[in-house]
Amino acid sequence: MIRELSLTDVEYLLLAMRWTIALTALALAGGGTIGLIVAACGASGRMLPRYLARGYVGLVQGIPLLVWLFLFYFGLSIFGYNLPPWVAATLGFSVYAGAFLGEIWRGALLSIPKTQWEAGRSIGLTFIEQLRHVIIPQAIRVAIPPTVGFTVQLVKNTSLAAVIGFVELTREGQLTTAATYQPFAVYLIVAALYFCVCYSLSRYAGALERSRRVAR
Amino acid sequence: MAYTFQFRDVFAQKAAIVDGLVLTLELSAGTIVLGFAVGVLAAAALVYGKPWLRKAAGVYVESIRNTPLIVQLFLVFFGLPNLGVTLDAITASMITLTINLGAYTAEIVRAGFESVPRSQIEAGVSLGMTGPQVFRHVVLLPALKNVYPSLTSQFVLMMLATSVVSQISAAELFHAGSIIQSRTFRDFEVYTVIAVLYLALSLLMRAGFGVCYRIFFRR
Repeated sequence: MIRELSLTDVEYLLLAMRWTIALTALALAGGGTIGLIVAACGASGRMLPRYLARGYVGLVQGIPLLVWLFLFYFGLSIFGYNLPPWVAATLGFSVYAGAFLGEIWRGALLSIPKTQWEAGRSIGLTFIEQLRHVIIPQAIRVAIPPTVGFTVQLVKNTSLAAVIGFVELTREGQLTTAATYQPFAVYLIVAALYFCVCYSLSRYAGALERSRRVAR
Repeated sequence: MAYTFQFRDVFAQKAAIVDGLVLTLELSAGTIVLGFAVGVLAAAALVYGKPWLRKAAGVYVESIRNTPLIVQLFLVFFGLPNLGVTLDAITASMITLTINLGAYTAEIVRAGFESVPRSQIEAGVSLGMTGPQVFRHVVLLPALKNVYPSLTSQFVLMMLATSVVSQISAAELFHAGSIIQSRTFRDFEVYTVIAVLYLALSLLMRAGFGVCYRIFFRR
């Protein structure tokens, strides 16, 4: 039955944003872990880890996110795991975020002068120890602004989880549209909600970037 | 783990895949050409425009860059009929993708314009070049050269993003995958094939842009 678009619908859309944010957080956690490994491999002096990292990034960035989501959604059920959409979505987004964060963080690691690595090595630190005690503490300041910038991409892209039936903001918009038949109004509200989150994050990333430039 | 992979059923539907691939290529090529044009104009408005124009271009770029593509697509395809504008799936896709890519391109090209030192422009003017000549030879080409890598990455990402228009049933590559899936129930095999095709396309595009760089910016 078709009903009017009411304030209750707007409230439900607002509540659905929690799942958009939750999925973003899960993807950041999973993607951050993968990204750290990819970045460390990509910045290492050895050929094999470097090629593996580059291969991973090229593979993930060369296939649409939508395809990754479907591969996880259907692929895991083949192997006998009948997982709910949110697990497939988390895995898919983690793989995706891992590649982008890996690239961003690799750049940050490589932006630290070579002499810092050499200093670490000269006092007998291993590669991991050099990263942990010398390079990462300095690289974090370089990495934070683009990481916040990528989070904006992530928030927007979680909208694709709607396609595999994960009820976040966009899916809730589809459901509301089906009930009210007011797609223009509904999707305008959905877009506005995304805009509020993403624009504030974008501005924050910009401010961080400027303050970093001033600090240097 | 007793699953047997069967690609034969998928390959039997080759025609649908080829049709989808063709539409993906058409959408990507059209969007890149149109979106690039929109982006350069918007970037020029952002950097050299009068204050009101700058503001308008800023609102365009920020509102597009901070909302998801799929929501923009739904707004155009499902929402506009509320206002009496009904578009078919492919037209709606072309329009949305162009507007979307235009905003991302604008932001990249803007950075390119800002990378051209003011003294270069003054040098051009003092050589007696007209405004459009200065823009073309002194600003646009060097700016594009400076931002070429990020610009072409954006184009490849756009090609991948065309997969989203499957959600308004434009019959491009990903949509062809969904159709074949519903015919054969070979989900994983179908999407593996689709994934390989997208990967091949993106590698080809990157290689192509590499060749283009050598042709356009040879000096």
